[in-house]
Amino acid sequence: MNAIRLVAVFAENKPGQTARVTRILADARVNIRWTTIANSGSFGVLKFLVDNCDLACQRLREKGLMVSTLRALAVEVPDIPGTLNAVAESLAAEQINLDNTSGFVANNKAILIIETHDLERAKAVLEQKGWRVLSEPELLNI
Amino acid sequence: MFWDPDYETIDRSELERIQLERLQQTVRRVATRVPFYKQKLAEAGVTPDDIRSLNDLRRLPFTTNADLRDNYPNGLLAVDLDNVVRLHTSSGTTGKPKAIFFSAGDINRAADLIARCFIMTGVRKGDVFQNMMTYGLFTGALVMHYGAEKVGCLVIPAGPGNSERQLLLMRDFRTTVIHLTPSYALYFAGFLGKNGVDPKRDLALRRAFVGAEPHTEETRRKIQESLGIEVYNSYGLSEMNGPGVAFECIHKTGMHLWEDHYLMEIVDPQTGEPLPEGATGELVLTTLTREAMPLLRYRTRDVTSVIPGKCPCGRTHRRINRITGRTDDMLIVRGVNIYPQQIERVLMSMPSLGHNYLITLSGLDEMTVKVELAETAFDGSVEHLVQLQNQIVEKLRAEILVKPKVELVQSGTLPVSEGKAKRVVDQRVL
Ligand SMILES: [Zn+2]
Repeated sequence: MNAIRLVAVFAENKPGQTARVTRILADARVNIRWTTIANSGSFGVLKFLVDNCDLACQRLREKGLMVSTLRALAVEVPDIPGTLNAVAESLAAEQINLDNTSGFVANNKAILIIETHDLERAKAVLEQKGWRVLSEPELLNI
Repeated sequence: MFWDPDYETIDRSELERIQLERLQQTVRRVATRVPFYKQKLAEAGVTPDDIRSLNDLRRLPFTTNADLRDNYPNGLLAVDLDNVVRLHTSSGTTGKPKAIFFSAGDINRAADLIARCFIMTGVRKGDVFQNMMTYGLFTGALVMHYGAEKVGCLVIPAGPGNSERQLLLMRDFRTTVIHLTPSYALYFAGFLGKNGVDPKRDLALRRAFVGAEPHTEETRRKIQESLGIEVYNSYGLSEMNGPGVAFECIHKTGMHLWEDHYLMEIVDPQTGEPLPEGATGELVLTTLTREAMPLLRYRTRDVTSVIPGKCPCGRTHRRINRITGRTDDMLIVRGVNIYPQQIERVLMSMPSLGHNYLITLSGLDEMTVKVELAETAFDGSVEHLVQLQNQIVEKLRAEILVKPKVELVQSGTLPVSEGKAKRVVDQRVL
């Protein structure tokens, strides 16, 4: 199963919280390749794709933070209009819910990070459509 | 099994008949023998003949903690000192102590109620009872001691503290039942662990009675798990003979309050008005059988509610909930009386939450409850956290009738609770 791991960190929504987390990662020489921050009122969840997931989790926990790892799919898609829609449509056709989706472009490659409860089926659907699902090492080597 | 089946399973109508008869006798006795009550009743414009039904109870004056102090040492005695066989005092942190007198009959009746409690939880003759509560002026240990002897237990009057000796006694005499405060129970469990004692393997303990300190269901669970025993909640107060006023049966769904000896009311602590059954308020007790020092409508300042419905054990005496706080802790938010312990009870019932919380009152009656997330509850999903947050708001609103703001915080960031932790910060500008 080509799932990638994301590091999720609980943070209260107050000044300095993000900096506190990223400082711990910087001190551990962990490279952040991608991040999102989802806030909801008084708290939020920071998510990271990092080059060393285990070390990142360990150091964050040592500093008393609440950490969890999430599994997600990284899909390489053509960098042309309508791609995200095509992905969403094909998953919706199979009744697969997307919990979170985000994307970025690196070295002329468009990458979608897809979080869903149904990783196995989502992966099958995407590959059937001809999109490549990347493993964690493949993604980190882009 | 019952200690006193006729009285423990008595018909409610018969119970109420006995209660009225005993209330009338009590009022008559204090009206003639206790100058304090003679005056109070006159001020309230009530004579003993006015008490014709239990509803007339509310016409009687309250007795407060301050009244007991003001009448120290023996202003509330209803018998000659010659007929008193025991004195206990309850010392407050400030001011004069309270004196509590017992006649021989009072001691016998209090012990009898303890015997009901013991049998109700499955204790029998042949059990070994190690009493780890303070002996002396405090009522907690002695009343239990007498009750245990009535049942036929071997009683070890160990008193509290000295955990090495407690353990030695427990091992050598195969103690089966202990009586102690919940905080000492937790400490003692830790002590056993540190000394490599596995209570299930090395000791014969089966039951603990915990009382004298308000505690949560969570604390009970911890004591049960760490000592591998059944823990029963006990309620009492020195002013009402000490422990044994109300006690849990094996079903552990609230404490049966012995209504043939104590008449209970739940009142609004501010207005003194009786509240409907099931409402949370201050427990008020009237002694029905006490000779030496009867008390009318004593304001316990303990907050609880009556649990509606019948208990499967067959006892007809109504149950009260675990004491959820003291009236002194009460907050008034948007005109509603709220006890921090009600909030605690809701939070502690949710496994996704930690043990620490902070209630902040600010602005114009805004209530914010900060609560720590349990380590295990974080799965990286904002949606789940939002769901949890909404669930807490709903549960709190149902319990306290005010909709608070809830903030989830990282575990380990709120001040740790030690004893009477400061759980409430009031910054309101009213
Ligand atoms: Zn029962």
